[in-house]
Amino acid sequence: MSVLNGVSYGLLLFMLSAGLTLIFSMMGVLNFAHASFYMLGAYFAYQVSSWSNFWVGLLVAPIIVALLGGMFERFLLRKTHKFGHVPELLVTFGLSFVILELVQLVWGRTSVDYPIPQSMTAPLFKVFDSTFQTYRGFMMLIAVLMLVALYWVIKKTRIGLVIQAALTHPDSTEALGHNVPRVFALVFAGGCALAGLAGVIGGNAFITEPGMAQSVGAIIFVVIVVGGMGSLGGALIASLLIGLMQTFAVGLDWSFVGAFANLGVDITPETFGYSLWKLKLSQVAPILPFLLLVLMLVVRPKGIMGTRDE
Amino acid sequence: MKFSLKNAALGAGLVFALAGAASAQNVKIAFIEGLSGPFGGVGQNQLKHFQYAAERFSGKNANSGVNVEIVPLDSKGSPQEALALLKKASDDGIRFVSQGNGSNVAGVLIDAINKHNERNPGKEVVFLNYAAIDPDFTNSKCSPWHFRFDAGVDMKIEGLTNYIKDQKDVKNVYVIGQNYSFGQQVSKFTKEMLAKKRPDVKIVGDELHPLGQVKDFAPYVQKIMAANADTVITGNWGPDLVLLIRAANAAGFKGNFYTFYAGVIGTPTAIGAAGADRVRMVSYWHPNTAQNEIESVYTGFKQKFNEEFYTVAAVNAVRFLVAAVEKSKSTEAVPVARALAGMKMRGASGENIEMRASDGALQQAMYIAQWTKAGGKDVKFDQEGTGHGFKTVRYLMPEQSAMATSCKMPKR
Repeated sequence: MSVLNGVSYGLLLFMLSAGLTLIFSMMGVLNFAHASFYMLGAYFAYQVSSWSNFWVGLLVAPIIVALLGGMFERFLLRKTHKFGHVPELLVTFGLSFVILELVQLVWGRTSVDYPIPQSMTAPLFKVFDSTFQTYRGFMMLIAVLMLVALYWVIKKTRIGLVIQAALTHPDSTEALGHNVPRVFALVFAGGCALAGLAGVIGGNAFITEPGMAQSVGAIIFVVIVVGGMGSLGGALIASLLIGLMQTFAVGLDWSFVGAFANLGVDITPETFGYSLWKLKLSQVAPILPFLLLVLMLVVRPKGIMGTRDE
Repeated sequence: MKFSLKNAALGAGLVFALAGAASAQNVKIAFIEGLSGPFGGVGQNQLKHFQYAAERFSGKNANSGVNVEIVPLDSKGSPQEALALLKKASDDGIRFVSQGNGSNVAGVLIDAINKHNERNPGKEVVFLNYAAIDPDFTNSKCSPWHFRFDAGVDMKIEGLTNYIKDQKDVKNVYVIGQNYSFGQQVSKFTKEMLAKKRPDVKIVGDELHPLGQVKDFAPYVQKIMAANADTVITGNWGPDLVLLIRAANAAGFKGNFYTFYAGVIGTPTAIGAAGADRVRMVSYWHPNTAQNEIESVYTGFKQKFNEEFYTVAAVNAVRFLVAAVEKSKSTEAVPVARALAGMKMRGASGENIEMRASDGALQQAMYIAQWTKAGGKDVKFDQEGTGHGFKTVRYLMPEQSAMATSCKMPKR
């Protein structure tokens, strides 16, 4: 059961980081506003589903997010592109604040009630006593479908061929008559759509609030750094790794006290630094991904499947 | 020339003072609370409670010469921001401060107010705490300037464990809470008091998770179920309780929940029909108490905001402040604090409540209420349109729920 929970959380992380890592590999720019598009997806889906239903939201919200992302690329990012990477980075950084403030102005500073559709609250199946909710299964299904579609588009279609070419040899691709800036805009919009889609299904599984971009933003950077900048496969492995790690760590009550007890050393409340020794793995679970990030940067800076040379 | 100007100013001041005494006296409460951020929803809702309480229980509507005005200040739930806002409020001449969401914030406010009052005689500030219930605030860290209108963790756990004592189906208890002073106190008192009253009960888990950070409680629920717990005791509030109960329902957890804050905005919706007869809460009031003196407040609030009214502490804070200003005939902190200490009143369910002078803790009734299908005379009001509401399963008079205090109160 923990495996399933971990995998479903990991797949959601992958949906988010896939777009980010695609955009990075293409433009060489980290999109700081990526998690904000995730948040926008959740809010749009909330708004649309309050007017009609969840399924319309599932369809419409990612499209709106993609359009916004495309427009941002076309009218802002492209203009700063010629000044180099730092201004590009700063523009996306600024955008994340603008989106945050706009969301707070429109939908308020507190969480909104964006429920899971009634038809999917029922249990899907049972393992021992605990049930697995249909919606979690649906989350996994969407993520896997997206993964397959993404793979198919990039590897098997003509558009994918052009994208791959534009990634590595933009000048020759342009010389062959392809509109490389348009490909850039397309990829950017596509990446944003993936983030929006993740927002649609993550927003009601967890919570839709203005802080959601920030809380997930840090994690997806960990994912793409650990996975290797620009590597889709690496992002998948890293997402699943982090999803599983967080769920399993919560379940484990290991601490230094226990570890030393096994070695025959007793640590009591009188021991120096007891409050540190008694910390359980379950309590530090939320910081484990960042620990992994630091370790990865020390041991293997290019990430699991990164291709970047030092 | 100089002389006459001074006299004129003095005279004018006197006239204004007299005019002030004759018409309404305005008292401001600086409401320092997290109005945005993870717990912003709860803060905004509590602000409405205070504004509504001020509207109903002060000024014209209450036939009182004292008019209470609520000044909301957003601390974003952070102790540092709260300190800056406390400074701002006292600089603006506000003498009464209220806060409740988070004992971590309340703790630094108490320290800061103690220091401020020592250094600025004549400009003292009084803290009306409506929900931060770390028992240290009325014991080891008690302050002459701090008055708490909610019941302390010790008082609540005492009531809860007295009830659990008679529940034979409680065998394996899992304690889960937020990792800060409040959650730690809940865990400590639960273990202590359960060991005394039900030594046969096993504590199968004792978990602390980061405050307001966890978005996916599914792994925690898995752990609870793996530990074979039949009962969960939690002090979680706001989104931390909503997400915990939602995850428990999704995973098909069938055990009992003993909570402090099942009535807080958003939580009833999360509990829903799935929690019927399984979720209980310990509180000093709920809408279906046998004698409900503030039923019109409850219904009026619901009509006005379309949200549930549950923070009677907001009403009590305003009522006690108004009475203390009337009694002391002053809007300054020191005389009002002296009037507040030992003040007695009639409570929301008809009991006699008292602001105990020895520790600044309001002595009030305690209820254990069970989430039950609405209808009938026991559950008149349902919550958030769920068709379910709270039913009293245990009632403790103020004398029965009183706890001893170790506070050595300095002079007010």
